[in-house]
Amino acid sequence: MLELSHVTWVLPEGGTIIDDLSLVIPKGKLSVVTGPNGGGKTTLAKLLAGLIHPTSGRIYFDGRDITDLNITERANLGISYGFQTPVRFKGMTVKGLLDTAAGHTLSFDELCELTGKVGLCTLDYIDRDVDASLSGGEIKRVEIASILARGTDVSIFDEPEAGIDMWSFNGLVDVFKALKEEGKTMMVISHQQRLLDIADEIIVISAGQLRDQGPRDQVLPGLLAGEIAGHCPLGRR
Amino acid sequence: MNINPLNEVARDLLAQVTGKDGEFEGAYNIRQDAGCAGRRSTENIKIVPHREGKPGIEIHVAPGTDKETVYIPAAVTKGHVNDLTYNDFYIGEGASVIIVAGCGVHTDDDGEAKHNGVHRFFVGKNADVVYEEKHIGAGTGEGKRRIDPVTDIYLDEDAKMTIDTIQISGVDVTDRVTTAALKAQSKLIVRERLLTNETQTAKTRFDVVLEGEDAGCDLVSRSVARGRSRQEFYSRIIGKARCHGHSACDAIIDDEAVVTAAPQLDALNPDAMLIHEAAIGKIAGEQILKLRTLGLTEEEAEAKIVEGFLK
Repeated sequence: MLELSHVTWVLPEGGTIIDDLSLVIPKGKLSVVTGPNGGGKTTLAKLLAGLIHPTSGRIYFDGRDITDLNITERANLGISYGFQTPVRFKGMTVKGLLDTAAGHTLSFDELCELTGKVGLCTLDYIDRDVDASLSGGEIKRVEIASILARGTDVSIFDEPEAGIDMWSFNGLVDVFKALKEEGKTMMVISHQQRLLDIADEIIVISAGQLRDQGPRDQVLPGLLAGEIAGHCPLGRR
Repeated sequence: MNINPLNEVARDLLAQVTGKDGEFEGAYNIRQDAGCAGRRSTENIKIVPHREGKPGIEIHVAPGTDKETVYIPAAVTKGHVNDLTYNDFYIGEGASVIIVAGCGVHTDDDGEAKHNGVHRFFVGKNADVVYEEKHIGAGTGEGKRRIDPVTDIYLDEDAKMTIDTIQISGVDVTDRVTTAALKAQSKLIVRERLLTNETQTAKTRFDVVLEGEDAGCDLVSRSVARGRSRQEFYSRIIGKARCHGHSACDAIIDDEAVVTAAPQLDALNPDAMLIHEAAIGKIAGEQILKLRTLGLTEEEAEAKIVEGFLK
């Protein structure tokens, strides 16, 4: 379980992005975080992964205060974070990145399983560099595969659907379903209804604050109604 | 010809630059402290003394030779040695050959250990040459370890040459000059990797003339400069016909290092397609962040990035 307690994050140059936010990401569940662009969702993910640290407030992981732990320490505790815009490397192959993520040299069968899950053909990709030669959709799949390779208890995905074509999207939905069945804790930032449809929990963040949180069946109808009405989902507070 | 047996230092250096432990299959010429430590010709690859009486050798590869390898490594194992060698390669029509060169310079005293190899390649029509060159410096002495290779390449029609060169440790000073003249449909591919640290300096210069129709070259240099080291990269590609030339210089810079990159393109024909890319900068912070989210420390992440960049 991940918990934020009264977390505020202010840009170095001023401007409050996360505003006294308290919320719980429940253990063993798929929580989908949604809300308008610029509302603080990616900042929330970066706070949990340790890429940035709260201006005030505390962050807990299974009851342990991890606020002051750095990125590496949180990764080694079992928190994985998939970037919204994956990083490109000159000279690192897909296999090299996945080996690093797994912490050991992956066998061919393991690589096949990983790349297969994200819809990449193993033989075409394992020796390619994770550089500008990969398309946006390809590198996004490699990014997701790097999270799967870690096999940690907690995974945070930031808009995993970005750049993925609709034909491959089914496969991605299956990946999240399988992780759910394994009892993994997931926080997925997404606007995709097909991901919202498989969520256990939906969290709505807007203007750096929690607008709504609850089981899918409770939150989703209100979100959809808001969408039809053409304004931001403000929900209940 | 006097043959001096390999000493321990040379054996170690040669193992590092060739991946072989003193035993070479096929044709070879081993140079140690400006002398010869072994030579063998084969049916297709003849190694003979330089015809102009200069120190060095000629390597003649017979036309049609099929994927043979020749080793020509050199070692300087002590200070106060200034080794100058002229190696001329004559590659027959249609031959395909791998040349494993490479040089190690070692000094344990205050004298300079220097190797200066002047190589000329006359590559016949349709021939395919792969030239692998690894340079290292070693030893605990105050003397400089210096390697200044000069490489002149002449590619006949439809010939292809691939140069894979790497220098990542221990060489204090290097000044590399590579020139090439390419006839129709010939191709030159260069992959250069350099790492300098402390007060090392590396200067590298390419001068390529694309003379014939559809000649092409692809020069890619990747380097890492650390400490107070200095690197200079100069390239000039001249397109005299319909041709394709590409050069790229990518450098990671850190500490108080200084990197200069000065590419030049000269199109002397409207159908010459010439491109240059250059980028100098620190390791991208987001690359370190990504690897840290995979559990690496900052230092491990940097090492991993550099290792991949120079692989």
